[in-house]
Amino acid sequence: MSKSLYLFFGLSLITLIGCENFGPEEPMEFELLDGPLDGLSISEQKRFLAGDIAFNDDVFTIEKGLGPIFVGTSCASCHSGDGKGHPFNQLIRFGDNDLTIPSMLSFGDGRNQIQNKAIPGFEPESVPDGFPFTILVAPAVTGLGLLDAVPDADILALADPFDEDQDGISGRPHYNLPPEFSEIRENSIPQGNNYIFRFGKKAGSYDLLQQTIGAYNQDIGITSLYDPIDPFSGLEEDPEISTQTLNDVVFYLKTLKAPIPRNQTDPDVMAGKELFESAQCAACHTPTLTTGFSHIESLSFKEFHPYTDLLLHNMGPELDDGFTEGNVETSEWRTPPLWGIGLSANSQGGQIFLLHDGRASSIEEAIEMHGGEANNSKDRYSSLTPKEKSQLLKFINSL
Amino acid sequence: MSRKIYAALILTNICVLTLSSQVTKRDSIQESMNMDAVYDRPFLTFDKFPVNLGGYLEANSIYSIEDGLTEGLSFQARRLTLFVSASISKRIKFLTELEFEDGTKEIAIEFASMDIAFHPLLNLRGGIVLNPIGSFNQNHDGPKWEFVERPDVSTNLLPATFSNAGFGLYGKTNRGDWTLGYEAYLTNGFDTSIIDNEEQRKFLPAVKENPSRFEENFSGRPLLNGKLAIKHPKLGEMGISYMGGDYNREEIDGLQVDTETRRVDVLALDINTAIAKTGTKFIGEMAYIWVGVPDTFTQQFGNRQMGFFVDIIQPILKTEIFDWENAILNLSLRTDYVDYNIGRFTQTDTKIGDDLIALTPALSFRPSPQTVLRINYRYQWQQDILNNPASKTATWYFGFSTYF
Repeated sequence: MSKSLYLFFGLSLITLIGCENFGPEEPMEFELLDGPLDGLSISEQKRFLAGDIAFNDDVFTIEKGLGPIFVGTSCASCHSGDGKGHPFNQLIRFGDNDLTIPSMLSFGDGRNQIQNKAIPGFEPESVPDGFPFTILVAPAVTGLGLLDAVPDADILALADPFDEDQDGISGRPHYNLPPEFSEIRENSIPQGNNYIFRFGKKAGSYDLLQQTIGAYNQDIGITSLYDPIDPFSGLEEDPEISTQTLNDVVFYLKTLKAPIPRNQTDPDVMAGKELFESAQCAACHTPTLTTGFSHIESLSFKEFHPYTDLLLHNMGPELDDGFTEGNVETSEWRTPPLWGIGLSANSQGGQIFLLHDGRASSIEEAIEMHGGEANNSKDRYSSLTPKEKSQLLKFINSL
Repeated sequence: MSRKIYAALILTNICVLTLSSQVTKRDSIQESMNMDAVYDRPFLTFDKFPVNLGGYLEANSIYSIEDGLTEGLSFQARRLTLFVSASISKRIKFLTELEFEDGTKEIAIEFASMDIAFHPLLNLRGGIVLNPIGSFNQNHDGPKWEFVERPDVSTNLLPATFSNAGFGLYGKTNRGDWTLGYEAYLTNGFDTSIIDNEEQRKFLPAVKENPSRFEENFSGRPLLNGKLAIKHPKLGEMGISYMGGDYNREEIDGLQVDTETRRVDVLALDINTAIAKTGTKFIGEMAYIWVGVPDTFTQQFGNRQMGFFVDIIQPILKTEIFDWENAILNLSLRTDYVDYNIGRFTQTDTKIGDDLIALTPALSFRPSPQTVLRINYRYQWQQDILNNPASKTATWYFGFSTYF
């Protein structure tokens, strides 16, 4: 047989045997935001996979119910790689600047989120003249199940609404009335009919089911059994997503792993961690929380490090958009978790867009834009030496 | 714009007709070009029987690793294609191509046309025609290529194989060693699926999912498709092609359903040449697409796309093996590039991503020109719309493609 045939079939054999060794390597676990919690059972992993497909692969078309007015066409269009969103898919909410007057309701569905895109033949919404509004960039969705499983008592233990310790920081939980479909957490500590809300930039959602149903409805224009009102017409419509898919997505969000910190033994990172504590950043960005009991074993009684206290804080005029949500004042924002912040550039296109509307293009800029209860911490940061600042930023980037 | 295009085509025809007065004795039909690909295939012929039969089969194994994860080894029966041609009478012929893809997952009549030859420069074609956009769409038979996968520009930007119901003219002429060919068709066109699909981007191939496209033109206005190509035996062939038309409807039953008429326009360049001394072949195609997208739609559906592929094929051995007198071993490289969304984000003034680049080295063995055995290794970098770190995929293929 000719050399050419030997060569061809020899290479074919090498291909068959060695093909596994000629592919791109799997990224290290700590480089990724997505992925499941450790210890999920096989049935839980199957549910995770179903939710993963619905969250990351399902794209809504007009035939599948998109819009007619909307913000994005899929979950992943705002939460690429389960990370923070990009300003091109920003959300806009508008309303009142005064909690004491009844909430301004608008458009067909009586909600306050603008659907700023529309399918052909329809007009998107825009903010009515004269109303205050805020722009929001989608948050990362990792580790949400852990935050969901933190007992109310632990959140309340961090609260200091009247600043009794006189440290200038007075976080409070957002109490509001949960939707009827939400299952109240065991061992909740209500105030009358109101319960602690913990998800969203202004803690506007009680749980991940409410957050997910609202996102499908308000971001994509998809009605569900729980939220059948179409954002455009304001009329009740048939569900455009199955309850099974909703539950799968909620399960997926609950069981996404927490971001894994990196370079924790680096001397600069270790020094930065101490500076983070001494600058009182940790007073709101609480490093460690613990979950209570969860029906998902991997979420039960776990210590984790989100760098949030899940409380509302007055961030001063610097971050006051003049917009209220629920029972949250215009200058109040729920402390965003800092975990995964060092990986944000991998989901925001190589840059970072921080704070609620993405206005900060670096961690340092974000710190300098803090105000209100964070003024003291900002001042302490400003007084650090360049080396100390670099260490502090390195630590935050390692989260 | 379409008036200008019609005028250009009429001018082209005039030029071609002028050239025809200088036709040499050379038979222009014998100088095969990409436009002749549908007939430029091996057929089984039968004495005194006016029908010819042919076809090809493609199958391969595939092993893919995306960012370190693999779904294992699969075997794919990609295509079984059957051709039937017939000489109905003098100057009238018929050809059809029936394709079964992925077993019977997709069964399509890719081509079914009647051709009437009035003159080498003036032939009428009607039926289901292959739109002459670029070169691959018409010249897509698996055994002609050294690569298992079709080029990305031809399958993910342009629909391949893209055929439509319609009519048109084509012809060729020679002047010296030069051959000039033209094609001009009016066919059914695209629909709104090109901006409303699950790819989450402009996606012209989505139109292939419309089962009604051979019976109804969605926009109600024809898609204009024209191509000019020139060939020299020593220099190769170069073509420029255009395809364009409306893809939406403004009205249905007299009721307004959209705010304006929106167009899709495609310009493609293709080239096919070789270095005689070394036998190195170069095949390439580039396409640029403009789509009218409503301003109120998401930026994920930007209004421009472009892409290209270049194949370099180097014969490294030509010899007799067994009873194969002209067996050839080729070493080849394909470069694919596709930018699905050209533009910058309004909010950040940063470049919109959503692009792909792939390199595919290949080794192919041709015991005869009709049959090819191929080993391909494709390495692909794909960036999402935000320009996040590229997803990397390596894919091994081993397969064959043969006419029968």
